Amino acid sequence: MSSVLVTALRVAFLALLWLFILLAANVVRTDMFGRTVAAGSPELAPAKPAPKQRRRAPTRLVVTEGAAEGTEVALVDGLIIGRARDATLPIDDDYSSTHHARLIETASGGWQIEDLTSTNGTYVNEVRVIAPTTVTLKDDIRIGRTHLRLEK
Amino acid sequence: MTASRAGVGAPGDTVVVYRKRRNVELLMDLVAVSIGLGGWALIGLDQSGTIPGDWPWVVGLWTGMALAVHIAIRIRLPYADPLLLPLVLTVNGIGLAMIHRIDLIPDPVSHDATTQLVWTGLGMALFIATLFVLNDPRELQRFPYLLFLAGLALLMLPLVPGLGTTSGGSTIWIHVGPFSFQPAEAAKVVLTVAFAGYLVDHSEVLSQVGRRILGQQLPRVRDLGPIVVMWLASLAVLVFENDLGMSMLFFGLFVMMLYVATELPVWPVLGALLLTLGAWASYAFTYHVKVRVDAWLHPFDNVDQNYQIIQAEYGLAWGGLTGRGWGLGRPGLTPLAKSDFISAAIGEELGVIGLMAVVMLYALIVSRGLRISLTTDDPFEKLLASGLSFVFALQVFAIIGGVTRLLPLTGLTTPFMSQGGSSMVINWVIIAILLVVSHHARRPRRPEEPAPQRGFIADFASDDTAVILP
Repeated sequence: MSSVLVTALRVAFLALLWLFILLAANVVRTDMFGRTVAAGSPELAPAKPAPKQRRRAPTRLVVTEGAAEGTEVALVDGLIIGRARDATLPIDDDYSSTHHARLIETASGGWQIEDLTSTNGTYVNEVRVIAPTTVTLKDDIRIGRTHLRLEK
Repeated sequence: MTASRAGVGAPGDTVVVYRKRRNVELLMDLVAVSIGLGGWALIGLDQSGTIPGDWPWVVGLWTGMALAVHIAIRIRLPYADPLLLPLVLTVNGIGLAMIHRIDLIPDPVSHDATTQLVWTGLGMALFIATLFVLNDPRELQRFPYLLFLAGLALLMLPLVPGLGTTSGGSTIWIHVGPFSFQPAEAAKVVLTVAFAGYLVDHSEVLSQVGRRILGQQLPRVRDLGPIVVMWLASLAVLVFENDLGMSMLFFGLFVMMLYVATELPVWPVLGALLLTLGAWASYAFTYHVKVRVDAWLHPFDNVDQNYQIIQAEYGLAWGGLTGRGWGLGRPGLTPLAKSDFISAAIGEELGVIGLMAVVMLYALIVSRGLRISLTTDDPFEKLLASGLSFVFALQVFAIIGGVTRLLPLTGLTTPFMSQGGSSMVINWVIIAILLVVSHHARRPRRPEEPAPQRGFIADFASDDTAVILP
């Protein structure tokens, strides 16, 4: 090989080495700050995706026990349960308040029940609800003497 | 509070998450691989005008090994630091190419580069195993005393008759069948983990309880005692085995970790004083150290005795600014050019520009390690990452400083470059631990969840956290 070529290759190798260091410095620079996302963003829990909930997602709310037994209503976000006639699911129960409780859909597709400061309280599996509480197909909701359940 | 750091914050806030950056890593890996292969191809081109005929095998093997490690990181640690692996691959590739180059000097040629490639493969296998075994770096925190005993046992292995061998005045090797191993390298990691585990439990009493002497808070004997005993025992073993480089490494590591744990500047000051005292004493009373210091200050006073360092200096001078080029220098004139003096061989063939690039690569590795230590919230992970990075930095400084006659020479290995299996394997494990810590620190996390209490909700104000656990 000609000595010119040898010299050119020698310089090219050193250039590649320092180019790598410059690239590394650029990665250090771009790695300095992360990305800003909302705290509730689903990507914050990459280890626990929730694909199963879709398949077994509840679609209606059924009265399983009480005066209105057998009544059912399609699930919508903000569904109101109570004695009032404008409630989404009106129940005839002496122990229920006019606007007793509300169902909320969560970002991940689940459902939560929230007590609307009722007189006698809302119970999930006989535990009094004091803040929005997740309910699933297995949970029993009780308002006064009426029992309700989510169904598919 | 609108934005909180490290992915922890109340719902409704925004949080900062790190990018995964695995594709950046892949791109950098490919450049890194091409640097090592480029050096290897240039040796053939410069010496015989052709690229060796086995190039498809060499290119395929080295690229495949790099990709295997990259894929393991993709699977296990998607949020790990994107730079550590490419940097390590570059240094490792340059080291393999240089060992291959020195292999070609004797007639018939030797095949140490092949052995070194096998050790690299073993190091990568252990790297991947560490990734899969170690789920949470805090698992390492549990048994500091047991780990200390294990580290001490490793250090004492070369003293077992029939197992250890003495070479070059130091008893630091064990031989099992055809394999030789330097257990002090493994002890380095084990003892770093043990120190971190002990110090994280005791850092508060160490920095706050005790009496003041000369305006400095000094800890009680019962808090500092156990770890001083541990440390003195390992130092004693190393001095007894005549492994001065390694004892200096352990000394520096211990002082630095004590400083990081307690945040008291008295420790580095005290450490520097003790080191000066120890250096003076060993210069005055041992022959070994006197030879090293004389070779450092006045190499030409005894040309026969200081032959190695003189040859290394001439090699560096012959290399000049841009070097002789791969395969065109005469690094074989320096004894131990493949192991202790590999940085002199690099300086001869790649010049000061190439040697500075290698030093820069090491500096970047250390800076990424310290960055990991700053990123993580967990005190044990902080201590572990800073300890491992510091021991790496100290080792590179001591050996390259020794070869370039900035410091007296200590027989340490140049990480990922020197010929030698134990150092190669252990350094891959160190990088694996650093990457596990970095994934743990950088991965996005949900805002803190309340303690699981059945039927009682801790956070009334928040919708997302109000979950009754089954």
